[in-house]
Amino acid sequence: MTKADLIENVYLKTGFSKKESAEIVEMVFDLMKDTLEDGEKIKIAGFGNFVVKEKDSRRGRNPQTGDEIEISSRKILTFKPSQVLKASINGSS
Amino acid sequence: MTKSELIERLSLSADVLNKKDAEVIVNTIFDSIGDALAQGDRVEIRGFGSFTVRQRDAREARNPKSGEIVSIPSKKTPFFKTGKELRHRVNCID
Repeated sequence: MTKADLIENVYLKTGFSKKESAEIVEMVFDLMKDTLEDGEKIKIAGFGNFVVKEKDSRRGRNPQTGDEIEISSRKILTFKPSQVLKASINGSS
Repeated sequence: MTKSELIERLSLSADVLNKKDAEVIVNTIFDSIGDALAQGDRVEIRGFGSFTVRQRDAREARNPKSGEIVSIPSKKTPFFKTGKELRHRVNCID
């Protein structure tokens, strides 16, 4: 499934044209990206939470050469699925 | 941001949308992704990320309270891989 399928589903569910549906779906993901960029988490009930986590810098190794390198501190995005989503994926809803 | 705040922000940023429409749209998006994953499908949203289903093998674990060995059956779990654009934006790289 891609964004095009999401747009199609929105088009079928609402009275909006395909063009409008495409713009709206794009807008939803833009809003989510802006929010996460600000470091704010997103909680979607029944689906899951998107959380930005801070990672400290640490020593790592280049797995190819074995050289020790410094991995800088960084922010990463994690997704924690809700119990509801996990249950539906395991066929018990 | 919660789902209702996302709905609120969506209806504010698109003047064609009332709150009811925004709610239907946001619910359609997440329901569609959930349904696709329940069917074992992979969902890819360019610029955002992709959702896949990963299989976890059955394993033996211990109940930390009683120390009893319990067998945990294999199960599937949703997995999200952040897209390149979003990964860079979250980490403040342009």
